[in-house]
Amino acid sequence: MSRRIIGPFNRVEGDLEVQLDIENGQVNDAWVVSPMYRGFEQMLHGKNPMDAMSYVPRICGICSVAQSVAAAYAIADAQGVKMPKNGELATNLILANENMSDHLTHFYMFFMPDFTRDIYQSEPWYAKVKDRFTAVKGSAAKDMLPARAQFMHMMGMLAGKWPHTLSIQPGGTSRAITAVEKTRLLAILHQFRVFLEQTMFGDDLENVVSLSSTKQLEAWLDSDKHRQSDFGLFLQIAASLDLESMGRATDKFMSFGVYPVGGKRLFASGVWENGDVEPMNAEAIKEDISHSWMLHGAEPKHPREGVTIPDPDMKDGYTWCKAPRLAGDVVEVGAFARQVVSGQNLIADLVESSGGNVRNRIIGRLVELATVVLEMESWIKEIRPTEPFYHLTSMPDEAEGAGLMEAARGSLGHWLKVKNGRIINYQIIAPTTWNFSPRDSHGKLGALEQALLGAPIREGEDTPVSVQHIVRSFDPCMVCTVH
Amino acid sequence: MPAKPLNMLWLQSGGCGGCTLSMLNAESPDVLTSFEGAGIHVLWHPSLSLETGQEVVDILRAIVDGEITLDILCLEGSVVRGPNKTGKFHMLAGTGEPMMNWIDKLSAKAEHVVAVGTCAAYGGITAGGGNPSDACGLQYDGEKEGGFLGKAFKAKSGMGVVNIAGCPTHPNWVTETLSQIAIGDFTQDSMDKLGRPRSYADQLVHHGCSRNEFYEFKASAEKPGDLGCMMENMGCVGTQAHADCNIRPWNGEGSCIRGGYACVNCTAPGFEEPGHTFTQTPKVGGIPVGLPTDMPKAWFVALASLSKAATPARLKKNAVVDHIEVAPTIHLKEKS
Repeated sequence: MSRRIIGPFNRVEGDLEVQLDIENGQVNDAWVVSPMYRGFEQMLHGKNPMDAMSYVPRICGICSVAQSVAAAYAIADAQGVKMPKNGELATNLILANENMSDHLTHFYMFFMPDFTRDIYQSEPWYAKVKDRFTAVKGSAAKDMLPARAQFMHMMGMLAGKWPHTLSIQPGGTSRAITAVEKTRLLAILHQFRVFLEQTMFGDDLENVVSLSSTKQLEAWLDSDKHRQSDFGLFLQIAASLDLESMGRATDKFMSFGVYPVGGKRLFASGVWENGDVEPMNAEAIKEDISHSWMLHGAEPKHPREGVTIPDPDMKDGYTWCKAPRLAGDVVEVGAFARQVVSGQNLIADLVESSGGNVRNRIIGRLVELATVVLEMESWIKEIRPTEPFYHLTSMPDEAEGAGLMEAARGSLGHWLKVKNGRIINYQIIAPTTWNFSPRDSHGKLGALEQALLGAPIREGEDTPVSVQHIVRSFDPCMVCTVH
Repeated sequence: MPAKPLNMLWLQSGGCGGCTLSMLNAESPDVLTSFEGAGIHVLWHPSLSLETGQEVVDILRAIVDGEITLDILCLEGSVVRGPNKTGKFHMLAGTGEPMMNWIDKLSAKAEHVVAVGTCAAYGGITAGGGNPSDACGLQYDGEKEGGFLGKAFKAKSGMGVVNIAGCPTHPNWVTETLSQIAIGDFTQDSMDKLGRPRSYADQLVHHGCSRNEFYEFKASAEKPGDLGCMMENMGCVGTQAHADCNIRPWNGEGSCIRGGYACVNCTAPGFEEPGHTFTQTPKVGGIPVGLPTDMPKAWFVALASLSKAATPARLKKNAVVDHIEVAPTIHLKEKS
């Protein structure tokens, strides 16, 4: 048995190390290491709660808006206020603009380039993939980048800039739009839809979201136009490399739910296991730090009571990441988990037949992309420019609040406690904190650690390509993981 | 384009990666085309490159051993020195060595060293609060010269660190500065006294502010969403912040001020600790602290009170609502 240390692991956001024990040509054990700590929770201690709105987006340059939304929800919860409908819609649009751009960046720039490696040169799809997805030089990134940048003009209008906006506030948004700006938003969105339909899917978004079974997906791929699309190309690769059999983790999926409009969320909250969805109980969340470089307290704590005191010399510690557990269980979060919990037809069929795996996570992300872009159109139309986007709010001297939402990569929670008008505790659990958590005190491996077990290692590989597919299928964000 | 492409290595440490993500928003041309056109070869970049794991470590070692020429070293994120100067808060994955040691070794080999973003330049947001990770910039620790590499540090070009400050950086601040370096046009004179490219840092955020008329008449916003000037109440320091954000839009047509919120002077060292709540203007005796740059205080106070007395009713009304309620008067040549 040999311990192999892999890093720096790129095309994830931030720095990542993966350690593997390899035996008989496969991964026998795995440790996931988050190697960087900055200490945002410590920084916020003693600040005016409203200053969280300036600090937390800067935790992460790729989930910046998600961090803002979680903080705004947490403060609004502490204040006991709700956004006006326009504020809710504009916040959804800004968040969806970020999340959908992230899905795009992940597919085109982070995930697909791995299939251009020499190891695959005998595959029938290799030449096309090489031409399209070669890092830096490929044709796909050059198609995608302008489409993504133009899509993000929605940010320019609704949020001033991206990343790191202050337009999202507990009481709504700071940028009211006019009637004519609604039409501009619709035009920008339409242009992005054209890119998705022509390049990514080779089909109308309505048709993509109406695929409701594995069988229908297979039949969809019979059309030459669909096969030529980037999604079609991925499905062919997935079939030939059997990505469906790679990277299965716990098959317990969690979502906090996201995109509220008038009390109802587009994607539901809940926990899926063995075909059943249970309601989400956030009180059952506890963070275990037995294998973190954190000063060990007694028992795992709910984030409301959470403590963050880093200590790199902690015995048994191997990462800066804590290990959040839901009622003691490891859960997987992300776009696939979100669609499983929401009961999206195709995804429900995929999870039924093969659970969470490399292929299904990618399909989950792209189906969500099509679904949300269609929904964004109705959110824009629902905005009433003559009505308020923002309600003035005030902060009580003593309060507590929680902000639970879904970032591109899964469930994000902020827990805030205020005393004498100042933050006395601020705790954050990010999506990749769940997925890339270390072992807990019961020896339970985190979701990625489980997903890596059994990954096949080819002869002579020092940075196994299967491990890369599995790691990147989660679309990890390491700067959120440890903040 | 230079005869031989310049090798650029990009590393990330104590930051959020947002300057890279912002750079992906570059338009006409996109960032990859921009590098290609400027003759910049991406030796390795955490988000753009194929190489991972051992392949990356091999590139870094080859640079340190002098086998690969390093023309441009970009660092995004601050240098993380803690705890207790060990650098253990960021050990570069796969190497068992603190990232700060790699930054030190690689800087010594680079023709140009570029700090991308306020974190890499001055410490930035990562140095906020009590600076738990002991973060600093490459050649500055806040406003203090020195930082990680020391005041005397010069890259092989003879220049100190280029500080493309901003949180995040505008995509074109980065692509254009790198392109200027690539064609040999970027010199010591191209930087202001904080090492920022003068191409954007010689401007103030106030220049081209879309709320200029409200500013002129001191018609002030009172809450998020209001259309008025945000200097008096909302914490906006656009009149003091060095950047061209309202001349060169963000994401098509945006800027912080156009987004309805304050400029927090994110291109400046120490912006992470303004000494007051970011979005509230500190006042002494009801008068906002902090003057527009280069404005004599007595004149500012005099002009402000004068213009406040002269504020048209239209601006007074529109300043505190989120849509134009009173349109400007229409003047016709024909008097009716």
